[in-house]
Amino acid sequence: MSKKLCTALLASAASLVVATAVAQAATPLVIGITTELGTIPGKAIANGATLAADQINASGGVDGRQIKLIIEDDHLSTTDAIRSFQRMVKQDHAVAVVGTFVSEVALALEPWAARLHEPYMITGAAANELSEYVHADYKARQYIFHAYLPAADLARAVCDASKQTLVDQFHMTTAVVMSEDAAWTKPLDAGYDKCLPTAGLKVLDNIRFAPNTTDFTPIYQKIEALHPNVIIDGWAHVGVQPTVQWAEQKVPIAMAGINAQSGSSVFWKATNGATEGVITGNTSAPGVAITPKTLPFTDAYQKKFGISPAYSAYSTFDAIYALKDAIERAKSTKPLPIVDQLAKTDMVGTQGQIAFEGPSDKFTHALKYGPKYVTGVAVQWQKGEQKCIWPLNLANAKPAFPSFVKLPAKS
Amino acid sequence: MLALQILIDGFAISTLYALGALGFTLIFGVSGVLNLAHGGLLVVAAMIAWYVGTSLGHGAYWGALAGLGAAIVASLLTYGGVVRPIERSRAIPPRERELFVLTATLLWGVMIQEALAYAFTNSPVTVKPLIAGTINILGVRTPINELLIAIIAWAVMGCLWLLVNRTKIGKRLLAASINPRALTLLGFELGTIYLVVWLIYGVLAGIAGVLLGSFLGTGSDYIPDLTGSAFTIVVLGGLGSVSGTLMAAYVVGYIETLTAYLISPSLRDVPALILLIIVLYVRPQGLLGRR
Repeated sequence: MSKKLCTALLASAASLVVATAVAQAATPLVIGITTELGTIPGKAIANGATLAADQINASGGVDGRQIKLIIEDDHLSTTDAIRSFQRMVKQDHAVAVVGTFVSEVALALEPWAARLHEPYMITGAAANELSEYVHADYKARQYIFHAYLPAADLARAVCDASKQTLVDQFHMTTAVVMSEDAAWTKPLDAGYDKCLPTAGLKVLDNIRFAPNTTDFTPIYQKIEALHPNVIIDGWAHVGVQPTVQWAEQKVPIAMAGINAQSGSSVFWKATNGATEGVITGNTSAPGVAITPKTLPFTDAYQKKFGISPAYSAYSTFDAIYALKDAIERAKSTKPLPIVDQLAKTDMVGTQGQIAFEGPSDKFTHALKYGPKYVTGVAVQWQKGEQKCIWPLNLANAKPAFPSFVKLPAKS
Repeated sequence: MLALQILIDGFAISTLYALGALGFTLIFGVSGVLNLAHGGLLVVAAMIAWYVGTSLGHGAYWGALAGLGAAIVASLLTYGGVVRPIERSRAIPPRERELFVLTATLLWGVMIQEALAYAFTNSPVTVKPLIAGTINILGVRTPINELLIAIIAWAVMGCLWLLVNRTKIGKRLLAASINPRALTLLGFELGTIYLVVWLIYGVLAGIAGVLLGSFLGTGSDYIPDLTGSAFTIVVLGGLGSVSGTLMAAYVVGYIETLTAYLISPSLRDVPALILLIIVLYVRPQGLLGRR
């Protein structure tokens, strides 16, 4: 081979490498967002992801590559979600899929994430089984991260908040648990049954109802006959109707627990203000700086979308940033290097310090719970505003209840 | 106390069911149309009432009026844009028109559902009650709105009875339901009569939608259930029979309430559906049906 030919071949190869690198830098980094756009938490997933992607792209992207989001609505259908997931992986070549607010849908997507070796970050659903599934066969299922608290930890947060507010401040002693019948509330109720008595609230009954229930009067009548101090709820699929009937019928019992829809600012209008006095666990509350990143996020969200973020917007926003950091640390967009780095995540997020449980923990790859990590807050609607009443060090208001709520005599 | 609670709650629910199903049976009785977009019309009324009353902040009464107007427009649109073109189409054989109308209204209902979900999301909302607060009836705390709903519903049903039985236009409607061909031969314009009945239907659907929305909430996902429940009541009562519909509404309302209170709220729909199957088996024309 002549010297000239060798030089020409080398030059061509070098230019090919450079061209490929340039082309890759110019190619957007696709992230799939699978969500339920018609619901408040589902829309918040899309919004949280959009805001994070916009901010990351404005500051130079991920290793110079712009993020391109493919947002698809699964219409609360597992079939739609699976088709969408497969399309995102095979056609759009998404480096990861983020989202899902319904546990049943997320549970259906998990085997596909494992089969297709696709990093999948669940940011709105809460069933314990989501991370227990990863724990059961870590090697095959390590691609899945539950970037939100499992229901057992949500129950712990409700119990911790109830102890320091309802029990310590209002001397409440009894509760009735009232949850919608869904995958995420089974472990939640089990958690309530275990930790509410420890917090000082005796559980008088545990009522589960179908999510398509429209008239809650019989349920409230049954609860009222038991004379509890508080109803501890577990609602995400429902919210408006039981809240409105609680207020319209002036059920004289305080309402706390998790009423996920009431975490959004649009809930006030949706219920015509019936949510006054309702306490719910949430990721954060307006004006509450859990970390230095919380307020800039809520302000930017409010400015861009005109409403305050629901819980799933925080978790999705943090998940996209965790993914960005993982890709940059891995210097790769291949699944396993991303997964390895995601597992090592230890960053300040909007919800607290973001880290995932390891393979030995029962809730493998779920968000770590605790004061050093993420606990969430308890918010209460007071005169049309969401006020933080717990943790006490972040609280900007004391709990206050509507006049029809009968409080224990000692309080 | 429990018996009284069941009596009051059952009465409120049954009256709402009756009002919700009345338009559905009227439109079938007079024009032979099974409008499977019925739930859509109810939800259009409720969503617009919520949007104007709460979201735009104009209050419950303006909201209710806007909801009523929206239902009338939606009803006329259903007739003019969906039903009438099929009934007049020469491409569709006359014996297949009913099936085409059935399919078209079903699809129209889906379109309304998607449009509402797009405009308002499918998160449920509640229409502002006309009167807030509760009163005590022999120890049973009852929302005033619940009583008001029952009063309005009965007043509307009374007005409809007067219209049908005591006015000329009402008698024409009745005649159209019995023998439309004879009415045409007598020189009456059937098209005008149908237009009037769709207008009345719009008013009924509007009132029912707004009241239902203030009692049970509303949202685009409610549409299939509302259509299904109206369908169940009307089939149970006898297709096209107004008095059968009223009777069926109270049977279904009270069976559901008794189930919810005495067995489990999660099972409230089941016994009424079992009853429907039994009635269809032993009396296919329904309780008071004539065809």
